[in-house]
Amino acid sequence: MSKKADFVKFDKVDKSYDGKVLVVKDLNLDIEEGEFVTMLGPSGSGKTTCLMMLAGFETPTNGEIFLDNNPISNIPPHKRGIGMVFQNYALFPHMTVFENLAFPLKVRKMSQEDIEKKVDKALSMVSLGGFANRMPGQLSGGQQQRVAVARALVFDPAVVLMDEPLGALDKNLRESMQYEIKHIHESIGVTVVYVTHDQGEALTMSNRIAVFNDGKVQQLSSPDKLYEEPVNSFVAEFIGENNTFGGEVSEISNGTCKVKLEKGEIIANPISVKSVGEKTTVSIRPERALINPKDKMDNNQKGKIEEVIYHGDHTRVRLNLLGNSEFILKVPNSSQNLDIKLGNEINIGWNSHDARALDPK
Amino acid sequence: MSSETEKILTTDGIPLEESLKQAEKKNKIKAFLLVAPLLLFLIITYMIPIGDMFSRSIDDKMVTNMLPKTYKAMENWDGKELPPEEVFEAFYLDYKILVKNKTAGKLQTQLNYEKNGFKSVLKKLARKQKKFEEGNYKEQIMKVHKRWRNVEYWRAIKRRAPSYTYSKYLKGVDMYSNEDGKIVQVSEDRRIHRILWIRTVEVAFFVTLFCFLMAYPIAHLLATLPMKYSNLLMICVLLPFWTSLLVRTASWMILLQQQGIVNDFFVWTGLVADDNRPEMMYNKTGTYVAMTQILLPFMVLPLYSVMKTISPSLMRAGKSLGATPAVAFFKVYFPLTIPGIGAGCLLVFILAIGYYITPALVGGASGTLISNQIAYHMKSTLDWSFASAMGLMLLTGVLVIYWIYNKLVGVDNIKLG
Repeated sequence: MSKKADFVKFDKVDKSYDGKVLVVKDLNLDIEEGEFVTMLGPSGSGKTTCLMMLAGFETPTNGEIFLDNNPISNIPPHKRGIGMVFQNYALFPHMTVFENLAFPLKVRKMSQEDIEKKVDKALSMVSLGGFANRMPGQLSGGQQQRVAVARALVFDPAVVLMDEPLGALDKNLRESMQYEIKHIHESIGVTVVYVTHDQGEALTMSNRIAVFNDGKVQQLSSPDKLYEEPVNSFVAEFIGENNTFGGEVSEISNGTCKVKLEKGEIIANPISVKSVGEKTTVSIRPERALINPKDKMDNNQKGKIEEVIYHGDHTRVRLNLLGNSEFILKVPNSSQNLDIKLGNEINIGWNSHDARALDPK
Repeated sequence: MSSETEKILTTDGIPLEESLKQAEKKNKIKAFLLVAPLLLFLIITYMIPIGDMFSRSIDDKMVTNMLPKTYKAMENWDGKELPPEEVFEAFYLDYKILVKNKTAGKLQTQLNYEKNGFKSVLKKLARKQKKFEEGNYKEQIMKVHKRWRNVEYWRAIKRRAPSYTYSKYLKGVDMYSNEDGKIVQVSEDRRIHRILWIRTVEVAFFVTLFCFLMAYPIAHLLATLPMKYSNLLMICVLLPFWTSLLVRTASWMILLQQQGIVNDFFVWTGLVADDNRPEMMYNKTGTYVAMTQILLPFMVLPLYSVMKTISPSLMRAGKSLGATPAVAFFKVYFPLTIPGIGAGCLLVFILAIGYYITPALVGGASGTLISNQIAYHMKSTLDWSFASAMGLMLLTGVLVIYWIYNKLVGVDNIKLG
């Protein structure tokens, strides 16, 4: 069976709650069958609204959502067959773990035997085999989370939605749960739509990430592309760390452009600039700029070290470079004896390919 | 690991337990002093009155104290045949003092409760005893009225010998202990209390049911509406709550009377004919309507406080798992509101079972409850011991309901807010 490329499809979806402001604007999004897609964005960017529309708890103001080529706007939530994991787990506190998992099967009128089999399987999938008779209140946050995941999967839904499911967990648990959810996804191949505001989570888990801002998808691509090749300055800023220079394009030729800053000039990769005189923001990832580069790089500048922060595996160095006093460098803690001391002037080099000239902020 | 028997000492060598006690002693005293006024208040206004009520309800010292010599003389009388001369003499002496002190009336009333027709016999004796000569009182008393020859009357006196009695409780359920000491029901046409008890429980039950049916949606709306609207709605719920009970009952009288607004409306809509206006007041209907409205906030508030804590995502989760809205409601939402339902129902039922003003004003003859009967005995017949007995029966009933509720639902599950 070939995978459908547009298993879930948002087609020109608008959503407004009050008739004045659009929280989701002209959303077009195709999600492949079996894919793990994350909707990432700051709070208020419309990502949860999208999820709620897909689940059926909100109706699109305009446009249509398709699930397996069927329009679903007029189908009530309970007939959509979409599993959902909620932010606060939403386990039924008056039912045992078993009853919680059996709930979706019971309403589907399955036989007791099948129910027991399926619940057992789902519980062992999240490694909570012996917990069937506990009440949710007797479980830790991480265990409750697993029950919630198992419950959303136990009735074999075509799509599972997860709304910031790890938000309430502490850092270590969150990370291990990320891997666990990822592994579950890989092993059963269900389509997952995941909402989070945590970029680390999104990068770790997803096949593709849709970065939301201001009700629009800013970029939809794989985690590595999103990080390496952001298409606009919002994405560059939102995902990972980022050094920026604001300036004006002074020269543009095949594959490179020159950007005139307040002090000096740099060579950059023209992504969203087309002509001379355009304003632009140039974005460089901290790890792409090197100190005293051995290989020849087409950008070479001198900067003064203003702050050095030891981070264990790496050292963060804040420089004043070309009038930008917030220029961050990440120096790996290898044995290389670099002269990073407060107040020193050092040589910084980077390739113009990594300096992406994006839309102005 | 240290052995369990070994006592842990503080750095100064005092056993830890003792040291802890010492350190907490001050706080404990402080805490007690803070609650002491309340404790005192409870004892004075709650425990003592209930105790007093109880002793009053079983108190039967009045007759015992009025006829001390008689009862002493009666100790050796087996009650089968007419009592001997000493009893007659003692009774004459006791009664003489009562007549002299002008307290014979009370005895007449009390003994008349015990045996019908005793009053006239005693009254005649009060008139005649002035001319009694010394000696042979048996003959003289029996000459006053032939009923003195009937052993039944003497037995009636003897029955009042103990200074405590449970007869008031029997009377509360339309029973009495007859001449042979057996507990029997009163004749059918005089069984009024049992009807009142049943009616009280029935009214309380239906008022609770109506309150529940009306409060549940209101509370749900309150808990789910945005703050802006829910505050307004909350005020609508609480405003009548803050209005005087009397005012509210009176306004129901205006609304429900035969020429009242509700009836006018029915006639205007053609629901009833103008010459056939239904009676909605001075009967059970009036009691139901007014009590339901008055007790509604007591149901709404506990329900609201419980519903407020139920996350809306639970219903969503239910629906997303494939349950229809109705199934999600009954399987997920409803069970979670049970603590609120329990609290509200218990509160309303207990308030309703002892309700007084409203049934007194709008209840009429068929809508009065046991509390009205208690008030009647407090104010009109002045039979306080009977009123006390019925009050205690009501209290016991409430405690029994509470106990049953605790067995069924568990008091820990109650949530009042």
